[in-house]
Amino acid sequence: MNDTPSSQMPVALSAYAEDVDKVYYLIFWLSVVLFVGIMAAAAYFAISGKRKPGVRAEPTGHHMILELGWTVAPVFILAYLFWVGWKGYLDMSMVPPNALEVRGRAFQWGWDFEYPNGVHSKELKAPLGKPVKMILSSNDVLHAFFVPQFRIKRDTVPGIYATTWFEANKLGEADIFCAEYCGGKGEGDTATGHWAMIGKVKIMPAADFDKFLKEGNGPKEGETVPDWGKRLYADKNCAGCHSTDGAVGAGPSWKGLFGRTEVMSDETKLLADENYIRESILEPQAHIVKGFGPVMPSYKGILQDKEIDAIISYMKTLK
Amino acid sequence: MSTHDEATLNTNYLTATKGWKSWAFTLDHKRIGLMYLVFVLAAFLAGGIFALLVRTELMSHGPTIVSGPTYNKLFTLHGAIMVFLFIIPSIPASLGNFILPIQLGAKDVAFPKLNLLSFYVYLCGATLTLLSIAHGSVDTGWTFYTPYSLQDPEAATKVLYMTLGVFVLGFSSILTGLNFLVSIHKLRAPGLTWTRLPLFIWGMYATSIMQVLATPVLAITLLMLVFERVFGLGIFDPKLGGDPILFQHFFWFYSHPAVYIMIVPGMAVVSELFATFSRRVIFGYFAVAMSSLGLALVGFIVWAHHMFTSGMSEFANMLFSALTFLVAIPSGVKVFNWTATLYKGSISFAPPMLYALAFLFLFTIGGLTGLFLGTLNTDIHLHDTYFVVAHFHYVMMGGTVIGFIGGLLYWWPKMTGKMYHFGGATVGAWLTFIGFNVTFLSQFVLGSRGMPRRYYDYLPEFESLHRVSTFGAYILASGLFTTAGVLIHSLAKGRAAGRNPWGSVALEWKTQTPPVFQNFEQTPIITKGPYDYHLASDEELVEDLYAPDAAE
Repeated sequence: MNDTPSSQMPVALSAYAEDVDKVYYLIFWLSVVLFVGIMAAAAYFAISGKRKPGVRAEPTGHHMILELGWTVAPVFILAYLFWVGWKGYLDMSMVPPNALEVRGRAFQWGWDFEYPNGVHSKELKAPLGKPVKMILSSNDVLHAFFVPQFRIKRDTVPGIYATTWFEANKLGEADIFCAEYCGGKGEGDTATGHWAMIGKVKIMPAADFDKFLKEGNGPKEGETVPDWGKRLYADKNCAGCHSTDGAVGAGPSWKGLFGRTEVMSDETKLLADENYIRESILEPQAHIVKGFGPVMPSYKGILQDKEIDAIISYMKTLK
Repeated sequence: MSTHDEATLNTNYLTATKGWKSWAFTLDHKRIGLMYLVFVLAAFLAGGIFALLVRTELMSHGPTIVSGPTYNKLFTLHGAIMVFLFIIPSIPASLGNFILPIQLGAKDVAFPKLNLLSFYVYLCGATLTLLSIAHGSVDTGWTFYTPYSLQDPEAATKVLYMTLGVFVLGFSSILTGLNFLVSIHKLRAPGLTWTRLPLFIWGMYATSIMQVLATPVLAITLLMLVFERVFGLGIFDPKLGGDPILFQHFFWFYSHPAVYIMIVPGMAVVSELFATFSRRVIFGYFAVAMSSLGLALVGFIVWAHHMFTSGMSEFANMLFSALTFLVAIPSGVKVFNWTATLYKGSISFAPPMLYALAFLFLFTIGGLTGLFLGTLNTDIHLHDTYFVVAHFHYVMMGGTVIGFIGGLLYWWPKMTGKMYHFGGATVGAWLTFIGFNVTFLSQFVLGSRGMPRRYYDYLPEFESLHRVSTFGAYILASGLFTTAGVLIHSLAKGRAAGRNPWGSVALEWKTQTPPVFQNFEQTPIITKGPYDYHLASDEELVEDLYAPDAAE
C-alpha cells in the first residue's frame, strides 16, 4: 500500500489504485530499459562511426532475422500490456452489487452529490471500506469526474447517466477535478470556469458517514435559517457568479436584490420577489436581468424546496 | 509553362521571372512551396507566441498575466493555429511542394494550377480563422467539442468563422494530397522505379492517401456543426435530441488520422537525413517504406482511443485498446531501422543531422509514453491530464516539428541558394533540444500526479513543476529564435551554397543550386537508388558547401 505519493503517482486511496500503479510502473520500467537500450546503441554507433577522411560507410546489408525479430517480438509485449490493462479496466467497470449509490451532478462550474436519503453535499463524503457507485450526470455540457487518488475518471454527458465506482480503503482526503474542458466566464475575481471545478472527497469512518447522512438534511444545531442559506450560498457555488457586496460578476449581485424591480433582457420589468428568485434558481433562462448572459445552470434536482427557502431568507438579509 | 523560352526555363527559379505577378500567379511548385513556407512559418510564430503566453500564465499559482476566459482563448488559438495552420501543411505543403517533384525528376507537380489553387484556399481558410480572432476569438479548445461549442449564442459567429476556416483549410490539404498522389504515380523520371523512390516520397505518398480519405470526414463534421448552429438541427446537442459523443467519433475519425498526417512526413524527412548523413542505404528500406503505409492504414481504425472515458461500451474500449497497440509495431520498426542505419556508417554531425538524432530521441519517448495511454486502466487515470499533453507534444513537436526544422536546414541551401552559419545552427539545435525536454518531461510527471489539462489555475502542489516547464519553454523559444536568426542572417549575408553541400547521391542535389525553373536541364535518367553511396565515386561525395565563386 502506498502511504505516501510515489515519485510519479499521487497517494493511492482506492481498492484498485494499487493495481493501476503496478501496471504504470511496469510500463515505465519497460520503457526505460527499451529507451536506454536504443539510445545507447544509437549514441555508440553515431560516435564510433563519426566521419573520417577516406573512410567510407559500410554498405547496408540485409538481416532478415533481425528485422523479423524486432517486428514480431514487440507483438508479445504489446499483447501482454493490452491484457493487464484490460483486466484492470474490467475491475474498474464492474460495480459490486452491494455498492452504496451516490448521484454526482456536474454543472458549470461545480459539483453536487446526492445520497440515497436525499441529503446533498458539495464535498463528496465517502464511507471507508464500502464500495460506492457513482451515478454521474451533467446539467449543461461535458464534464469529467476525476479523482487522481482513486485513479478513476468518467465523463459526464448531458442526457446520459454514466456510472463508475470506487472503494476508499484509507481515511483521508482526495481531490476531485473536472477533466473535460467546459469553458469559463467572467472577469477578475468573479471569473470562474473549468479550472474552478476542483472539489474534495472526504473519506470518513462508516459511523461518521451515517451521522452525516442524518444531519445533512437541514440547518445544523443552533443555526438560523438565514445562516443555513448563507452556508448553502457558499456550498452550492452561488458565490462563483453572485457577489453579496454589490460587485458585478457573471450574474447580478445579491446585495439589495430582493424586493427591487429589475429590467429584463426583453425590456419588461419584474419585481424580484420570492417567486422570481425561485424561478431563477429552477429555470434560470426564463427571465434574465438585462446585461447578463444566459449562463446559469438550472438547480432543479440539486436544491430542495427547504434549501431554496433558506437561500431566499438569506437574500432578504442582504440589504 | 510553355509560354517561357528555353533560356528562362534554364535559369535560377528565383530570378527567372520578375515582378509580384510572377509570384502571385506562379505555377512553379518551387515558388508555391516557398510561399507556403513563409505563411506556415508565420503561423508557427503566432502559435508559438500563444504557447509562451499560456506557459507564462501557468508559471505561478493564481492569476498571473491574463484572466481565466482569456486563457481559454489563448490555448484554443495555440492548438488550432499549430494544428491546422502550421503542422498539417508544414512538411507536405512547403518542403514537399518544393522537393517532391525534384526528387521525382519531374518539371512540376501533376496539376500546377490546382497547386496554386490549394495555396489560395489555404490563405482563405487562414483569413476566416483570423476573422474569428478579430471578433473576439473562440474558447472551445481546438477540438470544438459539443455541446460547449454550441452553448453560447453570443459566441456563434466566432465559432462559425473558425469552423468554416478549418473546413476551407481541409480542402487545401485534400488538393495537395491529390496532386502528390498523381505526381508520384505519373511523373517519375525514367528508371525511377517504386523500389528506387526516396523514403521522403514514400512518406508523402502515405500522407496524401490519408489527406484525401480522412479530411472529407472533418469537412462533413464541421458542416453538420454549422447546420446545427444555424438551422437548429439536433445532431450533437442533447437539448435538441442530439448526441455529443457522436461528435467525438466524427471528430477523431479525422483527427486521429490527422495525427499520422502530421507525424509520417516528419518520419519521411528524417529517413532522408539519416541516409545522407550516415552515407548508407536506410537499413530495411522496404520495411521503412511499408511502415509508413502501415501507419496510414492503422491510423484509420484507432480513433476511439481518444474516448476511453467518454462512456463508450467496455467492449468498444477493449477493441480500440487492442487496435491501438498495433500502432507501436510500424513505429518501432522505423526506430530500429534508423538506429541500425547508423551502425558502421560515416556519420556527419552537420546541423540537419542533429535534428534527425533529436527526432530519434524525442519520438522514441513520444512513442513509448503512448503505451501508457493505449493500456486501458492506466489511460483512465492519465486521460485528459498533462501526461497526454506531454505525450502528443513529444510526437507532434519532438517528432514532426523537429523533423520539419531538420528538413528545412537540409534543403535550405537548395531552396534559397544560401548557406547558413553552422555554429549558430548547432547552438539553436541544442537549445531547442534541451528546452523541449525541460518543458515537457516535467509535464509527464504533472500529469501522472493528476494535473488536468486546460486548467487556468491549479492546486499549489503543482506549482514547482509548472515553473520548471515554463522555464523550459523559454529555453525552447530561445533555441527556435536562434535558428530563425541564423536562417534570416543567411538570406541577408550568407555565402552562396554549392550544388551538393552534404555530399549526397540523391537526385535533388544533382541539379543546380538553386534549381533552374524547370528543375533539370534534361530529364534525368535514374540508374541507381537514392541512397546508393557504396556505388558512388569519391567526387560525388565531395561536400561543396559553398559555390566555387562565392565571396567570403
